[in-house]
Amino acid sequence: MRLICTVNGTQQQVDDVWEGESLLYVLRERMGLPGSKNACEQGECGSCTVLLDGLPVCACLVAAGQAEARQVETVEGMADGGALDPVQQAFLDAGAVQCGFCTPGLLVSTRDLLQRSGRPSDAETREALAGNLCRCTGYEKILDAVRLAADRLAQSGTGGHR
Amino acid sequence: MDFLQPTTWAEALEAKAAHPDAVAVAGGTDVMVGINFGHLRPSLLMDLTRVEDLQEWSIEDGAVRLGAGVSYARVIAELGTQLPGLAMASRTIGSPQIRNRGTVGGNLATASPAGDAHPALLAADAQVEVASVRGSRRIPVPDFYTGVKRNAMDADELITAVLVVPPSGPQQYSKIGTRNAMVISVAAFGLALHPDRRAVGTGIGSAAPTPRRAPAAEQFLADELTGTGLWESRAELPAATAGRFGELVADAASPIDDVRGSARYRLHALSVMACRALTWAWADYRTDTGKEV
Repeated sequence: MRLICTVNGTQQQVDDVWEGESLLYVLRERMGLPGSKNACEQGECGSCTVLLDGLPVCACLVAAGQAEARQVETVEGMADGGALDPVQQAFLDAGAVQCGFCTPGLLVSTRDLLQRSGRPSDAETREALAGNLCRCTGYEKILDAVRLAADRLAQSGTGGHR
Repeated sequence: MDFLQPTTWAEALEAKAAHPDAVAVAGGTDVMVGINFGHLRPSLLMDLTRVEDLQEWSIEDGAVRLGAGVSYARVIAELGTQLPGLAMASRTIGSPQIRNRGTVGGNLATASPAGDAHPALLAADAQVEVASVRGSRRIPVPDFYTGVKRNAMDADELITAVLVVPPSGPQQYSKIGTRNAMVISVAAFGLALHPDRRAVGTGIGSAAPTPRRAPAAEQFLADELTGTGLWESRAELPAATAGRFGELVADAASPIDDVRGSARYRLHALSVMACRALTWAWADYRTDTGKEV
């Protein structure tokens, strides 16, 4: 079947999509967007987190056809050309990236959190990121990165409520 | 595999009548796992997320009519007051990503004994509205679960909505898992006090082939509260009453040993959860003196 949806602001059309295919497969294998990672394929790990019509979801659990005419935002849409998103920069600066496999999902979830809640408490952060598993960092550096990103966004006035 | 995306309920029911083996998908948190792992290969996959009626809730004859496609995230954000037990259960489900997609209708369709919504729906005496081209009917939620991952729907039926009367008293929900997020419950318990009709509602999860109530525990507690005048006095609940209630809840379960926990642990956990849930609910009831019953 044919699928037309908007990904990172650009309309994408792909053909010969299998009806049982996930949005994650379409993004990675048909649209050339491998930033969203494929790990558990059952919604447990959050490595494939994308925004679907503005809400964080596991792309592995979205049937491709369910994305028809919807807006999808992936990690590839975060940087502005060569300039990283402040959340991406904070993850680098805080050392929140080790093997990196969980990082795209965490970046998308963190960006969503900071857009909804400018200065989340640690408890809010842990709750918001509970669906993103990291097996390397022990999460402390990730929490550091979220705080750092929140501080920087607050200072630049670009965070906060959307 | 064919993919169908009806935009009206009539169209969805026509398709289900023509293809009884069609699998409906809403949040995909069960169906897509089955497809991703090759366990599920339906001839027709029917996306219900474009049927607008399913995505809404309303108040109908004093009850909340919760469209089958309303996400857990929306139950939490919009229905915490009207459906406190279900909202509490919803907060324990999966992760933000899962709660943004998963639906109560989907939980019912899957009818897993571990489904998190079930104990809350049982305790609150919910009804499930199902429909087909032949018409619609309402099934009391205890009659809806017929076996492990089986429900009372006919092959041509789809779930329209869940009907839940807003509470006249406190509700509580308790769930045991190995961490706070992303767990299938080891055991779960839902409780509703119904002071308006001097009744008690319970729901047990992950501790029997289906979600089920604990009728003897409900009757015991309702009789105790009535016999000792506690509904009116709102005095302290004797610890022995809460303890006995917990034992009777565990007696109603018939759990198995599996990878998540042993039967023995589940029975112990249920008695503790039921006792605690009642203690919390009774504390709420004692402070909620503004509400006439």
